[in-house]
Amino acid sequence: MKLAISATSDGWDAPVDERFGRAKCFAIITIDGDKREIENTSNTQNLQAAQGAGIQAAATVSNSGATILLTGHVGPKAFRALEAGKIEICTGVSGTVKDALEGYLAGNYKISKGADVEGHW
Amino acid sequence: MSKHTIAIASGKGGTGKTTISVSMALALAQSGESVSFKDADVEEPNAHLFLDVDLKKKSDVSVLIPEIDEAKCDGCAECQKACAFNAITVMGSLPLVFTELCHGCGACTLVCPQKAITEVPKIIGRLDSAKVDEMSFSRGILNVGEAMSSPIIAKLREENGTDADWTIIDAPPGTSCPVINSSRNVDYLILVTEPTPFGLNDLELAVGMARALELPHGVIINRANLGDREVYDYCTREQIPILLEIPFDRKIAEGYAKGQTLIVSQPEWSEKLVELAFDLVGGRS
Repeated sequence: MKLAISATSDGWDAPVDERFGRAKCFAIITIDGDKREIENTSNTQNLQAAQGAGIQAAATVSNSGATILLTGHVGPKAFRALEAGKIEICTGVSGTVKDALEGYLAGNYKISKGADVEGHW
Repeated sequence: MSKHTIAIASGKGGTGKTTISVSMALALAQSGESVSFKDADVEEPNAHLFLDVDLKKKSDVSVLIPEIDEAKCDGCAECQKACAFNAITVMGSLPLVFTELCHGCGACTLVCPQKAITEVPKIIGRLDSAKVDEMSFSRGILNVGEAMSSPIIAKLREENGTDADWTIIDAPPGTSCPVINSSRNVDYLILVTEPTPFGLNDLELAVGMARALELPHGVIINRANLGDREVYDYCTREQIPILLEIPFDRKIAEGYAKGQTLIVSQPEWSEKLVELAFDLVGGRS
């Protein structure tokens, strides 16, 4: 299983970035039995995008092979793209990347059924 | 093409662009000139409020957006790489088009190796026109929910009243694409400002735009007896001509509140604006 978590820097102790499209990076976490591996994918190309950052971030997450996304907020266009990529989304996630993963594994987050914010919130 | 085209812009909103552009257009028309007045503030057109007009829809404005034949698409994502506006993305092997972000440039169609993309028109707004006081008036309107105002402004400039001797354009506020499209290639760009720190900040941005577009430009200072001298100092330092100063006057404000133009509330401005217009295009010939 692979998860993507929006983060403000690399590593397990990095705070979750509450922004999705303009997150600094994504922690891509691979879970194989008890083994957990973390790899960070940069999202800086989207920080300056005038528009469509969420859409491109969705493509980045999809290309990483992740099927679950943990983040703060997702707008309508990003939601549409993620849904098309069959990626499950949990919003309202905070704390460190490690907290977020443990919270998800403990079943603390619900799968979102729609965008939780407008675009460019 | 009109013989003379003047655009009225301002970095800052609410400085009096519309008041001045409507008044200049009307003053020219009333002095016997043939005038086409265009409200290019297509996200919030308001010049009609100062004119007694019966606006009629003239045409729809559409942009060409990509339609992808999923049976032909192999998910190579070349279209996504070609799109400068993030309007198209491929999730797995499924292409997704976000039409509200599309500028209609056609790059995706050109690069698609599978020839899976065709361009189809999508209506994003319309042009309205009316005849008023012997001048032609037209405006563009961007439909609610759409983001691309530039194609509407381009069509407004291309199509309406091009046989008139004068074209006066009321540009949107700011210095972004819609303003550039409203101002590009005009004979003169008037920048309206007010003598306040906000007015100055946005004037500097607007001057930067005028210089980048290599447009002859000058400044009208509205509410001239308010605020400070910073705008004047800036214009002197940068050698930007101050074309007119319109004082802050209760009569003008009262007239404005009733939908009156400057030349109705204070008729003496009529002649000044006509003279200014001629001066800006090289005098009467």
